[in-house]
Formats: sequence, C-alpha cells, structure tokens
Amino acid sequence: MEIELLRTACMCQTVICCRVTPLQKAQVVELVKKYKQAVTLAIGDGANDVSMIKAAHIGVGISGQEGMQAVLSSDYSFAQFRYLQRLLLVHGRWSYLRMCKFLRYFFYKNFTFTFVHFWYGFFCGFSAQTVFDEWFITLFNLVYTALPVLSLSLFDQDVNDWWSFQYPQLYTPGQLNQYFSKRAFVYTVLHSGYSSLVLFFIPWAAMYDTVRDDGKEIVDYQSFALLAQTCLLIAVSIQLGLDTHYWTAMNQFFLWGSLSVYFAVIFTMYSNGMFLTLTSSFPFIGTARNSLNQPNVWLTMLLTSVLCVLPVVAYRFLRILLWPTINDKVRYKVRQDKVLPPTPRRVQARRTSTRRSGYAFSHAQGYGDLVTSGKFLRRTPKSRPALFSQTDSPLAQTQPQFYRTISEREEPPLSP
Amino acid sequence: MMASSYNAKEDGHVTVPGGGTIQNKKPDNTAFKQQRLPAWQPILTAGTVLPAFFVIGLIFIPIGIGLYVTSNNIKEFEIDYTGTDMSSPCFNCSQSFSWNSTRPCTCALPFSLEQPFESNVFMYYGLSNFYQNHRRYVKSRDDSQLNGDTTSLMNPSKECEPYARNEKMPIAPCGAIANSMFNDTLDLYYIDPNGTRIQIPLMKKGIAWWTDKHVKFRNPGGNPNLTSAFQGTTKPINWRKPVYELDTDAENNGFINEDFIVWMRTAALPTFRKLYRIIQKKNNMTPTLPRGNYTLEVTYNYPVRSFEGRKRVILSTISWMGGKNPFLGIAYITVGSVCFFLGVVLLIIHHKYGSRNNTADIPN
Repeated sequence: MEIELLRTACMCQTVICCRVTPLQKAQVVELVKKYKQAVTLAIGDGANDVSMIKAAHIGVGISGQEGMQAVLSSDYSFAQFRYLQRLLLVHGRWSYLRMCKFLRYFFYKNFTFTFVHFWYGFFCGFSAQTVFDEWFITLFNLVYTALPVLSLSLFDQDVNDWWSFQYPQLYTPGQLNQYFSKRAFVYTVLHSGYSSLVLFFIPWAAMYDTVRDDGKEIVDYQSFALLAQTCLLIAVSIQLGLDTHYWTAMNQFFLWGSLSVYFAVIFTMYSNGMFLTLTSSFPFIGTARNSLNQPNVWLTMLLTSVLCVLPVVAYRFLRILLWPTINDKVRYKVRQDKVLPPTPRRVQARRTSTRRSGYAFSHAQGYGDLVTSGKFLRRTPKSRPALFSQTDSPLAQTQPQFYRTISEREEPPLSP
Repeated sequence: MMASSYNAKEDGHVTVPGGGTIQNKKPDNTAFKQQRLPAWQPILTAGTVLPAFFVIGLIFIPIGIGLYVTSNNIKEFEIDYTGTDMSSPCFNCSQSFSWNSTRPCTCALPFSLEQPFESNVFMYYGLSNFYQNHRRYVKSRDDSQLNGDTTSLMNPSKECEPYARNEKMPIAPCGAIANSMFNDTLDLYYIDPNGTRIQIPLMKKGIAWWTDKHVKFRNPGGNPNLTSAFQGTTKPINWRKPVYELDTDAENNGFINEDFIVWMRTAALPTFRKLYRIIQKKNNMTPTLPRGNYTLEVTYNYPVRSFEGRKRVILSTISWMGGKNPFLGIAYITVGSVCFFLGVVLLIIHHKYGSRNNTADIPN
C-alpha cells in the first residue's frame, strides 16, 4: 500500500497532505527516503513538525510564531520560509562546490606526494627511503599547503548569489552528484599519477650525472630532495590556483604567503645556526645555499611546473570550448554582463507570506478576528515575474514539468 | 491577548510584551561575513590560454637550444676500469682481492683524447649499482661526531650500529657511510710525442662544498695534533689507515679531509659520480689536457664485484649549466614545440567550433 502511495505521489508534481499527525508527516518522509534515491528536505515551524524534520536528511526549522521546538531539532533554521530559496540555491550549492573542490584537491595533493616516493623506490633499492626531507614531510600538510586549501574551501564561489537566483539550473550538478563521484575520484588518481611521474622523472633525468657550475656535487641526496620537494610544492600550488575561481585578497595572500614561508623556512632550517644548535635534527645544512644558486636547478623547476600544469589547462580549455557545462555558460554570461552591464532589473517585491495566506488558526482562540478584519489584505496586489519559466527536475519521470505563473489576487473576505 | 505576540516584523526580531527586544542573532552585514568580498574571477578563454601557449612555446625553444648547444660543447671522457673483462688491465686486481690485503694492486689503463680540453678539467670517479641512497645506509652516520663534538666522539650514536664500536673502542668516524669510503688512488700521466711520461698535477683541495668543509665537518678538540685528539677511538673496520692519517696536510686531515667529506655527501641515485681531483688550467694559450695519449694508473683498493657494481673515471669540463647532460636541452625543445603545436591546434579548434558554443543560450 505504501509503495502504491509513493508511486502515485511521484507521478504528481505537488502533493498536499492535510490533516496529518506528526507521526504521519515523519512516515511520509521516511517513505520517500526508503524507496527513492533522493535526498529529502523537510521544513517546518511548529512542534508538530519536529518528527518530520528529524526524519528527513536535511531538516529546516523556521523560528518565530510557533516557538523554538522546530529550530532546536533542525539542521538549519531561519526566520522566514522564503529564505529556503537562498539556502538551497546559494549556500547549499556553494557548500557542495567547495567541499568537492576541496576533496579532489586534497586527494590530488597527497596522492602526488606519495606516488613520488613510490617511483623513488625503484631507485633506492625499495628501502623506503623518503625522497623529501623529513621536515618537509612534516610541514607539507601542516604549513605549506594548509592555508591555501582553507581559503579555497571558505571563499570559493562560481557565481555570486544574484546570478544563482537567475539560473536555478545551476543547482542540477549537485543533485546529480557530478562533482565528486567514483569517476571523479578515478580521474584525480590518474592525474596524480601523471603529476608524480613528471615530478620525479624530470628532476631525475635532469640531474643524472650532473654537477654544479663549479664542478662540485649537486646530485647528492639532500640537493635532490630539495629540488624534488620544491617542484612538488610549486606544482600543487599552481594546481590550486587553477582550481580557485574566486580570488579574494585572502586567497592571494595565503597562496603566495605559503610559498614564501616555504622558502623562508628552508633557508632558516638549512642555515649554520640551526645546525650548530641542534645538529642531528637539521643535517641539511648548506643545501639551500648551494643548490638554489644553480641555473639548471631553476630551469628544472620551471620545466616540471609547466609540464604538470599545461595538460590540465589544455583539457579544461577544450572542455569549456566543446562541452560547456551549465556552470561554464553562466560564468561566461557573467563576464559578458560585466563588460556591458544590463539594465538593472526591478528588485522583486518582498513576499509577506504571513499576511497573505487565507487560512485560519483553528487550534486556539483569538486569531479569528485577524482573518475577519481583513487588515492584512489592504496591500494592493502587484504582479510578480515568474521565477521559473520552465525547468526540468531530474526527478520527474513522466510528464514535462511546468509551473503556472502565480499572481496575487484579492481574496474575498471571509464572512465570520 | 495572543494577537499581541504576533508581530509583522520581517527580520526575526521577537518583541516581548513590556518592551525590549531579545538579542538579535543576525550576523553582521559586512562583505566578509556575507561573502561579498571583491574578487578576481578569471575564466579560461581563448584570449588568455592561446597566447599563453604560444608565449611558452616561444620562450622554451630558445632556452632549449641554448642548453643543448652548451651541453654539446662540454667535453667529457669516461673510462670504465672495473676490470670484469679478461682483456682489461685491471682484471687481475678485480679478481684477487680482499680488504685485508696489505699489498696494493695497481693497474694502468692507456687511453687517448681526440680533442684538447680547455679551462679547468674536473676528474671524477663514478660508481654504478651502488645504493648510497638506501635508507639504513643514509641513516648510518653521526653528524655531531663529525662536527667535532667530543662526547659524540667517544659515544657514537645508535644510528651508526653495527659500525659504532669495534671491540669496545668507539669508531671514529662511525657508521656504514664512512666505513665504505672510496679509497682507490688515481693518477694521470700524459705521454707526449717524444714518449716521456709527464704526471699531470691534480689538485685535491676545493672539491667539497664550502659549508661542508668549514661548518659541517670539524675536527674534535682545538688540538692541532690530531693523533691525541682522536685518542681512545679506533679506525673504521674497512679502512687501512686511521682518520688522522688521511693526509699529511693539517688542513686536509681528520674529519675535514675533502675526499672524506665528498664521500660522506651521499648520492641520491645508484649511479653517481663524485669529484676526485681538479686539473687547473695553465694559461690561456695551452689547453689543460692536450690531444694525445694518456695513461691512468689505478691503485685498485675498492672491491665492487660482490654487488656487480662498476667503477669509472670521468674527465670533464663544465659550463654554467654544470656537466654534460643533454636532457634538459632536449626536454625544453620538445616541450616548447609541443606547446606551440598544441596552441596552433587549439586555435584551429577554437576557430571552427568555439564561437558557436559561447553564444548558445543557457537551456532551461
């Protein structure tokens, strides 16, 4: 019987359940959760909505008239129903985008870091000798790449909030789980594999049987470690730069600051003073000074960075050119509009939902005269432009979806 | 009446009867907190990507050509003297060998240089299949002891095990790296057209990094008499002479012996070369190593047969990019050309297909 209800309900565009108890509200939500591959959201404002809010994947409580019970049991809460649009189309979307970018980048960074050691294993007798300095390994995730990633996942936006409202279709990638799926993960692993090959074998080949420009050693373990770790850090930083679509001042500061901190730290750690103070902890003395003044070291770093980054740029450019996603198109439109700004659209009038509805509270005395007095109906009706002209939700299965334009009409006053 | 608690305010404020407002939880309307920070929003358009490809191509190709030409102008000569081949002069030395042999084995290899070597010539010894980058090997040293710390001299660190003590006496310098120090002696003789053998002067100073020689490695104690400074220690197991007899010159004796320092700077790869001696240039007229016949005389002390390693001597000039390594030049030329070619391909694709997509309407 339940499945019949669900199947019938899913054939409709909207379903209204009225005169339901709180338990039944929760049961409806659970029914959808159990049998459909969908993420459910429940929004309510009263104590009777609490079980429904708790049953859904995402529970939203509206604070205000009916008290705070809904708010206390919800994941998100705000004061008015209309904020739901902003929650979904702006904040939810940005949050999904940021999380996915962060995850993909984090996996890329760490897999690259680890695969380089894998390749080195072939050349060090598989003795698990690290190709980077131990201090670098400690500080890599903690200091050198922590803040840039943090700024990416805090500030990144693809389009701003106004544009998010103009094109609700931008919400579909989140519903289709496009940004971080098994496929995306496999691509990340392959990308890391390629980067690690470049990051190990280019320095290896460039330094094979080479010496400094005064004839002395440059392919010692310490100089090679310094070269490999600097190449890695520059490559992952540039990759982060490519992933960032919204460069605030904080992003710039954190990215360039982290690179500068890296160079400052290595020059400090490889200095005479640190070595003489704590000899066994800082054995890399002199390495930075002796290898970073060699032109072929810098040329190797340049080659490695370019070779790591260029395929990514080419691939992304081709993808935007030939198979642009909704995201790419909207961003292109944003840029075009910035160049020639459009005529400013009239700001939508605020809906005052609590005043316009024609229901009456029947559970408590005292609200009847609100309805009968017609106080809230004095505002003249304005026509509102339609939000959605035509959208197709991926969840609709049978009929093409369309929405009527809703216009305000004067309600006839109810007779007491 | 309950109607008084009903309020038409929009922003979540709740007015209690009797005046006053409950604390407003609304966050500040600043650009930072409302995520309206001014930002640069780049997108990959043809106007930025295509010129970038062309510019990179145009920069890399000349750099690559410069590197390749420089590398080709470096003169290098390599001679393998392991002696695995029966016809090699060093075959006997490579076969009959043990560390404890007191009588050093010598062999002489003749070779000839087709081209004269100008300017400073650097003489390297190279080893193959020698894993100086093995993890246990790299750990096996005591940097405090090598820095002249007397406590560490008498108590080598645990990392040096099992090369830390020999019959209760501490080993100086301890560890597997020091123990396996390269100890072949190589001499070069020029055979001039008359037939006389002229020994070529080899400089043994200035082969290690300045920071190594002056900061990292120090002899223990301020005592110029190194024999007494190293009192109470013993030489590494595989060495013939103790560390304070490495050289008669006091500046090159003990831990600051440059051959020792060069060996202690472990190589990153299993095939490596280390600077052995420098042949100084004479003047601007005569080449340092003229064309002709030479002999390399080897005092063959270092056994490599057990791990199928190989030994070789390399004579090389250098340039601003170091030794002879054509890889970087070839790589730059290749990457530059691929980049340029890719730029052309992307330009064609953009021309044919690009314009139709950007004017497409966003589907609803």
